[in-house]
Amino acid sequence: MNEAGGIINHKEIIEHADHLRRSLQGASQEELAQAIYRDAENIFRRVVRQKGDRYGEWDRLLDRILTSPLTGLPIMVLLLAVILWITIIAANYPSQILAHALFGIENRAAILFEQWKAPWWLTGFLWHGVYRGLAWVVSVMLPPMAIFFPVFTILEDFGFLPRVAFNMDRLFQKCGAHGKQALTMGMGFGCNAAGVIAARIIDSPRERLIAILTNTFVPCNGRFPTLIMLANIFVAAAVPSVWASFAAAGAVVGVVGVGVIFTLIVSAVLSRTILKGEPSSFVLELPPYRRPNILRVLYTSIIDRTIFVLYRAVIMAVPAGGVIWLLGNIYVAGESLTSWMAGALQPLGQALGLDGVIILAYIIAIPANEIVVPVILMAYTRAGMMIEVEGLSELRHLLVGEYHWSLLTAVCLMLFSLLHNPCSTTILTIWKETRSVKWTALGALMPLGVAVGVTFIVAQTARALGWG
Amino acid sequence: MMENIKKLAGCLRQLTCGGGDACPGNWRYLGVDLTHWDYVVALAGNPNTGKSSIFNALTGLRQHTGNWPGKTVIRAEGGFQYEHKRYKLIDLPGTYSLLSMSADEEIARDFILFGQPDCTIVMVDATCLERNLNLVLQILEMTGKAVIALNFMDEARRKNMDIDSRRLARDLGVPVVATVAKTGEGIRPLILEAVNIVTGAVKTQPHKVERSAALKQAIEELVPFIEKMCPGLPSADWIAVRLIEGDIGVREALLSGRLASWGEKKDLKEERKKGPRP
Repeated sequence: MNEAGGIINHKEIIEHADHLRRSLQGASQEELAQAIYRDAENIFRRVVRQKGDRYGEWDRLLDRILTSPLTGLPIMVLLLAVILWITIIAANYPSQILAHALFGIENRAAILFEQWKAPWWLTGFLWHGVYRGLAWVVSVMLPPMAIFFPVFTILEDFGFLPRVAFNMDRLFQKCGAHGKQALTMGMGFGCNAAGVIAARIIDSPRERLIAILTNTFVPCNGRFPTLIMLANIFVAAAVPSVWASFAAAGAVVGVVGVGVIFTLIVSAVLSRTILKGEPSSFVLELPPYRRPNILRVLYTSIIDRTIFVLYRAVIMAVPAGGVIWLLGNIYVAGESLTSWMAGALQPLGQALGLDGVIILAYIIAIPANEIVVPVILMAYTRAGMMIEVEGLSELRHLLVGEYHWSLLTAVCLMLFSLLHNPCSTTILTIWKETRSVKWTALGALMPLGVAVGVTFIVAQTARALGWG
Repeated sequence: MMENIKKLAGCLRQLTCGGGDACPGNWRYLGVDLTHWDYVVALAGNPNTGKSSIFNALTGLRQHTGNWPGKTVIRAEGGFQYEHKRYKLIDLPGTYSLLSMSADEEIARDFILFGQPDCTIVMVDATCLERNLNLVLQILEMTGKAVIALNFMDEARRKNMDIDSRRLARDLGVPVVATVAKTGEGIRPLILEAVNIVTGAVKTQPHKVERSAALKQAIEELVPFIEKMCPGLPSADWIAVRLIEGDIGVREALLSGRLASWGEKKDLKEERKKGPRP
């Protein structure tokens, strides 16, 4: 062995260390691992004095209920349903006021432009194209977000998410996936790109990939308002008004449930085929319940989530509104481009219980899921005659009356929105996280395949049974 | 327009989150403006101990916070300015130890080891101190430039725990500050302590884990080799212990040359510090 003065290389140091380890007696060997824990315990004993009971009765009782195999899952589902119900009930009215005010501005501005003798295409592009897209996004998305996000954040701050992960752990284990995947799904409720990054908390590369590939089955901030709105307009309207809000909330819970089921199915399939392996064990800490700081919750959920999502939706909706207006007003061989494209996509849309315009909207909305419904509406109102839409009930009349939407259309749209390919940001994040074209492609195409498959089956079955 | 929204949001957040007024005078949020920093401060600790809350309070940024472990998976960076010195603050992922091989533990360990922060603030959950102390002791083996933030003191009181923070400071040999991150309580003294460490005004005597004579001898035998290879590395003792224990991650760092190239990284850091001030 070299002296410290000579030239040394890395291998020699390691060999030396190995040699030293072997030369240590049994007691010292054990000491290596134990020394830190022993010191920590000693310091702890000197510093902390426990006076009386450590756990509050309340905490213990809550945990017994929330993480019990019997009551844990039902309570979880019920809580989500209650949150959604509150959102749906409370969002309706402000949505109508906003729609009324914002579309009023559109009309008045258009008239003003006419008086100023502005060219028709400028009025059309600016007010009936760009502005209308913006007005749609704000009026249909802002109220539900401003209610849903704060309530969800309160639950998060309270310490509910780790309990959800705890309850879901058994299911994930059965599917050969990691229990912490439930936490990445919790992140996915905010944003799928964040959920994909959050998969870093999973150490095993195999289980991490499963979490990354399936994260898009959790509806994100951008898709939740779409789901809530569709449930509100179609599901709620399909039942007696007393039950309307419950049916709508139930429908969204059902969609989220379908998302969870697909997460589990796809995880199970992946872990039995291309990502074979055993689920690894882990320690999940259940943090204490903490009283949420209401002001901070309001701040983070309103500014960081609501305004952020709205801002993203608006900046995406403005160019999309412009594109839609152009597609609707550039005529080739007597038909607008929208008609051409929607017509070409119609057979595919029809097969999936949707229509050509919806598929076109999904293609335009790849950069941001937030704008799918606004794009659909813009495409409709551009392609056809101008229709005044004030509030959700008129919107329903428009879609049902003019474009023959049925409950089946709404259900298929909700399913497609839940299961389809992630937005471009998420796809980019998957690539950044995996550095693999193969996994990125799978992450984008697999959900798309699932969405097409599921909506096809649902649509065909429903039609065969004579519904829709 | 977005600038104004951001500014307004900044004011709102000071009002609602209490970070702003908890900070001492001569204070300025730098957010993500990380040019020309003078000092680097790292935030380490167990998961869910309030690191991101403190990070947000100090930098004016808005890292995701919430009551569950594992939120921070990437190294978040932000800045603040205090008394004409610019500080870069690194929010490390929460870990229970720095010994195993998981990705987040490696990020945290590598930063404390190779990033050589001028001060490491270790966030500690006062309500489960014993488990948290394991990480504290591991960090103190690596660096003496540390301050302990004893967070959730309000909860500890509610749980009928009497915590002698002065005794803790004496035993650990580094400053200990009691904080309640969510209200901003204690942030000001915490920063003053951190600044004292950074400027060298306070010298610490970090607790070293007690080991048997045989083990001590083995460590002493190995340290010269490590120092020879990476001169000036302040945590040569720690690396010796880890190598004798057979830590695969440290072995890897050694074999891949990451350890050896430490000296070059230090020079790089010095250079960046000297860069022109705005």
